[in-house]
Amino acid sequence: MSRIDRRSWLKGAAAAAGGLVAAACDRLTLNPTVQQTLARAEGLTRRTQRALFPRMALAPEFSPEDISPDFRANGTINPQDPAYVALREAGFSDYRLVVDGLVERPLALSLADLRALPARSQITRHDCVEGWSSIGKWTGARLSAVLEAAGLKEGARFVVFHCADKLEPTVDERGRYYESLDLEDAFHEQTILAYEMNDAPLPVAHGAPVRLRVERQLGYKHAKYVMRIEAVESLTPIRGGKGGFWEDRGYEWYAGI
Amino acid sequence: MPSAERPRPPMETIRRHGLVTRLTHWTNVLAVLVLLASGLQIFNAHPALYWGETSTFSRPWVAMAAVERGGEFVGLTKVGGAVFETTGVLGYSGEVRGFPAWATLPGYRSLADGRRWHFFFAWVFAINLAVYLAAGLIGGHVRRDLLPDRDQIRPRRILREIADHARLRFPHGAEAKRYNLLQKLAYLIVVFVLLPMMLLTGLCMSPAFGSVGYGLIELFGGRQSARTLHFLSASAIVLFVVVHLAMVVASGAWNNIRAMVTGRFAVRPEEAGT
Repeated sequence: MSRIDRRSWLKGAAAAAGGLVAAACDRLTLNPTVQQTLARAEGLTRRTQRALFPRMALAPEFSPEDISPDFRANGTINPQDPAYVALREAGFSDYRLVVDGLVERPLALSLADLRALPARSQITRHDCVEGWSSIGKWTGARLSAVLEAAGLKEGARFVVFHCADKLEPTVDERGRYYESLDLEDAFHEQTILAYEMNDAPLPVAHGAPVRLRVERQLGYKHAKYVMRIEAVESLTPIRGGKGGFWEDRGYEWYAGI
Repeated sequence: MPSAERPRPPMETIRRHGLVTRLTHWTNVLAVLVLLASGLQIFNAHPALYWGETSTFSRPWVAMAAVERGGEFVGLTKVGGAVFETTGVLGYSGEVRGFPAWATLPGYRSLADGRRWHFFFAWVFAINLAVYLAAGLIGGHVRRDLLPDRDQIRPRRILREIADHARLRFPHGAEAKRYNLLQKLAYLIVVFVLLPMMLLTGLCMSPAFGSVGYGLIELFGGRQSARTLHFLSASAIVLFVVVHLAMVVASGAWNNIRAMVTGRFAVRPEEAGT
């Protein structure tokens, strides 16, 4: 074999071996048992963080000069659903946030009703699962106040946020955005239904008229265009059963890391 | 049969690596490989790095992108003020992506699957590191094998070791039974700086961690700085592994690998007159 032959043979062999390893890794990743095993780390992470970090510990808050001038809007930035478009065109005057499910008193709150509830302002860092961060100021009604007004029934363990936007264009409801929290995060002091961003009404790109802020988790938990809050006992019967649009697509339900 | 050749002195076999060192070494190999490849998959979701707390989107200090030029895609990588064409590897490799498919786990694009691998093996990595450090500090491995001995830190000696190392002249006899100074320094930096840095900068990216550990995030200069330092520490580990593997091969691949598997290491005695 000439030297050039040998070199190209070696190169080919290395590429073939590399290709085999890569293909094996991909097949491993797609194997349901491997997926389940890897996904177990999520529970370990959640339990460890919940055990070590105080329940009510606050996410760091920043000062006004830290606010990002280029806060990125991700996911849906302009919902096209006709019902939402109609609400937006009327300046959200007909908007009603429905609170139902396992509650004593189902509610339908206008923006004025929300603004009348105990509010909180916070300047926090938003961490997208993609890796970037932006700082913004959020003002909104405390979710705990909303849930207390509705009165959770015994057995309610999660609150589900149903949104106006379809992030994946589907004929049925599968593409519609939704999210969920357990009660520990739902009643956290910094968990708010924000109607203002940087002291102005929440822009459409960032979830107008109301978005969730749950500061100790990644950006996809912060549901935008929230239309309905449903208290439930279990997440399993809802859509893909994993508790959120991205969770149904393989992302962690507990997004504290 | 009489022979004119001087008989070669017999090889001496010593016990080089303890059981904990060997087990944690190979566990670490697996964990670091998975973490590197899945880390690049995660990086590809936003192939840009920043300094500070937040992302200054128009001014990343590292960024990978693809541009169309005359109907062809060109991969570009920006580092500081310089822009390099990196078509085929970074920015564009058959599709628009930061690192190419062969470097990521999984090879196809999936942030969700990359995160699963990453956060499972992050636990493996962290527990393994804790076991190694605890055993090494309590059992004396660090003091005995990694900390430089007094005679190794004399200036003339240091210069000679650097010269020997550069010429790939490896010690024999008694001297081969311990690590040389450069080796010790490299291992100390990996064990006490780079590996812990991966863990700490990784934690600083967790949004929940900020509620208790913001002091550490501040120490690193903010979350995006922590992300940058995570990437740089990983790069330093890759650099170490490249040199480490080259040294393993140059100083006797079989003997070294056997030592890290079985613990036994063959030492060639000092030849007379040398």
